[in-house]
Amino acid sequence: MIGADAMVKCLENEGVTTVYGYPGVAICPFYNSIISSGIKTVLVRTEQNAAHAASGEARVTGKVGVCAVTSGPGATNLITGIATAFADSIPMVCISGQVKSELIGSDVFQEADITGAVESFIKYSYLVKNADDIPRIFKEAFYIANSGRKGPVLIDVPQDIQEAAVRNFKYPEEVNIRTYKPTIKGHAVQIKKVIKELEKAKRPIICAGGGVHLSNAVPELREFAHKYRIPVVNTMMGIGVMRTDDPMYFGMVGNNGKAYANRAMNEADLIIMVGARVADRAISQPDLIFTNKILVHIDVDPAEIGKNVGPTIPLVGDAKHIFDDFANQEFECEHEEWIKTLEEYRKDMVKVRKPNPDYVDPAGFITMLSKEMKDNAVYVADVGQNQIWSCNYHIVKDGRFLTSGGMGTMGYSIPAAMGAKRGDMSRQVVAVCGDGSFQMSMMELATIMQHNIPVKIIVIRNNYLGMVRQFQHFNYKDNYSVVDIKDGSPNLEKLSAAYGIPYIRVENMSHALEKIKEFLKDDTTTLMECIVDPMDLV
Amino acid sequence: MKRIYSVLVENRAGVLCKVSGLFSRRCYNIDSLAVGETENPDVSCMTIVSSGNQRTIEQIEKQLNKKIDVIKVKTFEEKDSISRELMLIKVKYNRNTRRDIMEICDIMKADIVDMSNTMMIVQICDMPERIKVMLDMLKSISIVEVARTGTLALPKCVDN
Repeated sequence: MIGADAMVKCLENEGVTTVYGYPGVAICPFYNSIISSGIKTVLVRTEQNAAHAASGEARVTGKVGVCAVTSGPGATNLITGIATAFADSIPMVCISGQVKSELIGSDVFQEADITGAVESFIKYSYLVKNADDIPRIFKEAFYIANSGRKGPVLIDVPQDIQEAAVRNFKYPEEVNIRTYKPTIKGHAVQIKKVIKELEKAKRPIICAGGGVHLSNAVPELREFAHKYRIPVVNTMMGIGVMRTDDPMYFGMVGNNGKAYANRAMNEADLIIMVGARVADRAISQPDLIFTNKILVHIDVDPAEIGKNVGPTIPLVGDAKHIFDDFANQEFECEHEEWIKTLEEYRKDMVKVRKPNPDYVDPAGFITMLSKEMKDNAVYVADVGQNQIWSCNYHIVKDGRFLTSGGMGTMGYSIPAAMGAKRGDMSRQVVAVCGDGSFQMSMMELATIMQHNIPVKIIVIRNNYLGMVRQFQHFNYKDNYSVVDIKDGSPNLEKLSAAYGIPYIRVENMSHALEKIKEFLKDDTTTLMECIVDPMDLV
Repeated sequence: MKRIYSVLVENRAGVLCKVSGLFSRRCYNIDSLAVGETENPDVSCMTIVSSGNQRTIEQIEKQLNKKIDVIKVKTFEEKDSISRELMLIKVKYNRNTRRDIMEICDIMKADIVDMSNTMMIVQICDMPERIKVMLDMLKSISIVEVARTGTLALPKCVDN
């Protein structure tokens, strides 16, 4: 057995079913070995999308997504995908080939110091120096990626190490890293304190972030919120923690969120932030959420607590465990009046849009689409105006809403949708992107067709980089600079035909429902283009 | 506010880079940084002197703890620690300044550890503020070059 065989065996031991990637000389031994294993390989069309696909798969399955690329440009192309996964705490193992050990440092062909390059946005990275270390390193990498605050881990493997003999391969059963022991269980004293404050609170609210999905605590949180009748809002990464139609759900917070959600946060006397970073887009004025109120901050990463706002009660631990502990406490609380107030806000503070009847109204369209989608469908939003419309008008049932919330990486939706679909082939997966973000990853249409990954793609076309145009509208007096993409953008009908993908065009709302039904009627890749008003604002 | 961090790390290639990279990426100050092996060759001790407001100081400790190669972080103020720095200073001398240099060394408890016809190297090991005094004193004579270790520190002995 050689190093490359050992790498593949490690992946088999971890239950990996798909590796997304792009080969090259330095990773060839690995790709030579994987072909005779049961693991499927998906050949993407650029490396960044291998990372996004692994990330999409990880979000749907809860398991570690895996991608494998070659050295130098292969590895550097992966960087944006790694940073995207890091910002959203997505468990991922990235394998990169590296030039031969004795050549490292001499700037040979396709050499890049990838472990150094990714250091500030990766959870951990390894440069393998001895083939016998492969089993231990892989075991540790998968453990680190999918425990504590999850995140990407990179394993850089020189070509000669992949080719070196491995004597008696044994996959470790346990991991023992003395420097890495994440706190999972919440401190009992802190939990009691939270319950005590909850008993006193008149206006409590839970603000759920992406951490609730990552710790798989959605059922526990829902049960807790319903049992004690505590209203719930969420951040962008927390969308889907509650069904949109849940009476205890009061929308997304933040500068792109619902006015009534932000008002609820401001008027609450007790906020339970769970699995959320208190980042600028969600909480633009951190001081507002802790003055004159009790702030409980639950996070598995102690460094997040107190980073942007100093909580009254810090509570380090995994959300699932903590809500389990909450469930075991006996207490009573009563705040029907507060719920009534919030219900009124939710009814009265609805943003009124005046859609242009000559075009598709993205808000109405997205609502209509999500109502037609299956209950457990996965909706993948890209970045730009389409993302904000998606956040605000997508109706989540029991499916998932995936987006690049932290990094805001354009071009995320199509490769992530590919990964999500491969993660669970039984689920309907819809990617929604703008015409700008579509063109950042449209090369993946080839991957979708080659590997027969049926995803539904919606392109919201306004011939602009709409989010930037909107920013220039408000902040630069309509001085539109480098945002017009009308000229040169491809004819999507012809483009779809070139890939052999059925194409549907929607020009206004009069025939939207019928087109949506046609679009969703079967489980085949279909591209739908929606023409929206270029001047529309989110 | 000044703060000393005594950071035990895995003695592996690239760890220094990871720790110093953390400081630069998050715009934390490093006033000085000294690294050396401990009694256990698998473990290195980094002594980092940094400054910032209360929240920054807290964040530095948390972010250091988050690094997977970091074994343990101890943090303390200067007054609660014994801190020392070693400095070597090469100075030019002549007949007129030789006595002055020797007197300064005498007063500051520094040693002359090397000498030629025109230059000498002075060694001083002392608290950071006295190192600064020494440097100021010799500046007025003629410094050729200086090498400093940065602060090393351990918390004071306290019996439980």
